[in-house]
Amino acid sequence: MKDAYVYTDHMSVGYGGKALIEDINLHIHKGEIMTLIGPNGAGKSTILKSIIKQLSLVGGTVYLDGRAMAGMKDSEVARCLSVLMTERIHPELMTCEDVVATGRYPYTGRLGILSAEDRRIVRESLALVHGEALADRDFSAISDGQRQRILLARALCQEPEVIVLDEPTSVLDIRHKLELLGILKDMVRQRQLAVVMSLHELDLAQKVSDYVVCIHNNAVDRCGPPEEIFTAQYIMELYGTTRGSYNADFGCLELERVPGEPEVFVIGGGGRGIPVYRRLQRQGIPFAAGVLPENDLDFPVAQALAARVISVPAFAPVGEKAVAEAAEVMKGCREVLCPLDTFGPANEQNRRLLELAKQSGKLRASALNPEPCE
Amino acid sequence: MKKTSARYGMAFGLLGALLVLLLVWNINAGSVHLSPGEIFRILRGVCLGEGDTNYRIVWGIRLPRILAALILGGALSVSGFLLQTFFANPIAGPYVLGISSGAKLTVSLTMIFLLSRGMVSGSLALILAAFVGSLISMGFVLLISRRVRKMSILVICGVMIGYICSAVTDFVVTFAEDSNIVNLHNWSLGSFSGMSWDNVAVMGAVVGVTVALAFLLSKPIGAYQMGEVYAQNMGVNIKAFRVALILLSSVLSACVTAFAGPISFVGIAVPHLMKSLFRTAKPIVILPACFLGGGVFCLFCDLVARTVFAPTELSISSVTAVFGAPVVIYMMVSRRAKGASGGNLS
Repeated sequence: MKDAYVYTDHMSVGYGGKALIEDINLHIHKGEIMTLIGPNGAGKSTILKSIIKQLSLVGGTVYLDGRAMAGMKDSEVARCLSVLMTERIHPELMTCEDVVATGRYPYTGRLGILSAEDRRIVRESLALVHGEALADRDFSAISDGQRQRILLARALCQEPEVIVLDEPTSVLDIRHKLELLGILKDMVRQRQLAVVMSLHELDLAQKVSDYVVCIHNNAVDRCGPPEEIFTAQYIMELYGTTRGSYNADFGCLELERVPGEPEVFVIGGGGRGIPVYRRLQRQGIPFAAGVLPENDLDFPVAQALAARVISVPAFAPVGEKAVAEAAEVMKGCREVLCPLDTFGPANEQNRRLLELAKQSGKLRASALNPEPCE
Repeated sequence: MKKTSARYGMAFGLLGALLVLLLVWNINAGSVHLSPGEIFRILRGVCLGEGDTNYRIVWGIRLPRILAALILGGALSVSGFLLQTFFANPIAGPYVLGISSGAKLTVSLTMIFLLSRGMVSGSLALILAAFVGSLISMGFVLLISRRVRKMSILVICGVMIGYICSAVTDFVVTFAEDSNIVNLHNWSLGSFSGMSWDNVAVMGAVVGVTVALAFLLSKPIGAYQMGEVYAQNMGVNIKAFRVALILLSSVLSACVTAFAGPISFVGIAVPHLMKSLFRTAKPIVILPACFLGGGVFCLFCDLVARTVFAPTELSISSVTAVFGAPVVIYMMVSRRAKGASGGNLS
């Protein structure tokens, strides 16, 4: 474990000397992103604040590059570690460039006057986050997304080896979320930074993290690479989710299925069924979906939302048995929707179901827009 | 960069010009009017012999008073700026937080105690007394600020502390027996009158050293404006820094109170005016600007205090309130309008 840049050795964290989470052993490596996930109030921020010395440790030691951080001067730590925390700051009359320039603090002299080299690094950091155009804007007058980018530039300007970020993307829109994490990922790769952060967006955490630490019930519940952590069952358990479901492959969430006997039958496949399933779920109508091979794009969503799914194994042809089963379920439904418009050899059986529906008179003409838009 | 430097240069130039203008005006104004030529002669130290009253008026009365207004005004606004940094809020100041009043109470107690023993209190003793009083009030304010994070409540508490201290001071002054109490009464309302060169030397030394120390702290002050979390991450030793801010601002406001009594609103109005004039809050620029601006502001107010209703002299605090309070009100209203909540304390 020597090669970890930041290493928490049996760290206990909490407030006022009372341990909230005990015995935390994290190894944060250079060139890697470690992400803390877990429900609100689990203590992710507490751990991060303890690592950056904002909270004093209740027990254990944090090592930074092999040295105990408690024994290091604040100014020494500042040259190795920078932060982007959730505290909203209100610097008075500061331009974005001024804010970024505060990252040079550990390197400037007694009066904090920037050298030409410092100015170059400030401009370079602004360029890294594509913030050149913001340089002269008042920091208090820019949007949240721009603000987080400027603060990231500030953190980079400090030329750290490790950056600690507390929910850096929480208030951002998707474009800014992607941009911010993209820049961070690039920096990790190019500069071999070590990153430890907390994220609420599981989909992003799954994609951006090299290592995931799950905080739950005042403990480090589980840790490992994202492919081990992000399983539907574990994530549901971690967040104590009882309603709705989490799709581990896509990292997307589905609301709770509507209970009851299926009232509507949806003949889906190839992704065409998904919007119909979701509409029925919103309208509170229990439905059946079929016939779907288990490797169909529609299958996971149908499984999450449909009262009944008629499926066949992956890569298997839709057999007579499945069609018969579907026809049986269809009989019990008052309506049939078919968002499909193309049929081929692999879903030939679904065309037969469509014919059956037409004959029974239950087929609704437009599957996606059952009611005309006003 | 060029543009901001030019702005700073022009702003400092403006302050310098105002300073010179007010210096001349202050020397000139009063019961005896002096022509600029006369002032120039006197300032060069050319004395026309024993009977030269003008010379004695300028060197004996007006100059020490002018320098006192300059030094103490500067001290007051630097003290205000430090407190605003500490509380991360622009409406903090030694007067509204009751720190000046605490100093006033201990100074009057000390004066009366020493007078009753037949002793005249020296400058240093008074500064020390004021410093103790400032720290006690400051301690109260800090205790309250731990419980309430809202700046408005903190200010109300400060004003209350101020009232209590003023009431006790008035009580003590009313029942004190010495004839010197007339002086004490004038002092407790705030005045730059009756300064001696000895006073000026002491306040110059104390304020000079303290302001220089504050200036050396301008780097961490700048970091602290980014909030505690970021300041610490930049390598500022937060605890030591906070103690330093408290001590420096208390010494400054104590020094002012010891010599000139409590003076209102300078500590809030001047830093705000300077930030607006310089369009920055960078301490390395604003600290000297506050000192200069505070001096200019107090020179102006003292001029008004002594000339408008001459020969009756107004208390300096009334004049600074007339010119300072509107600035403070305007500042609070415009901040509300902008929706800026003003740091983590408001």
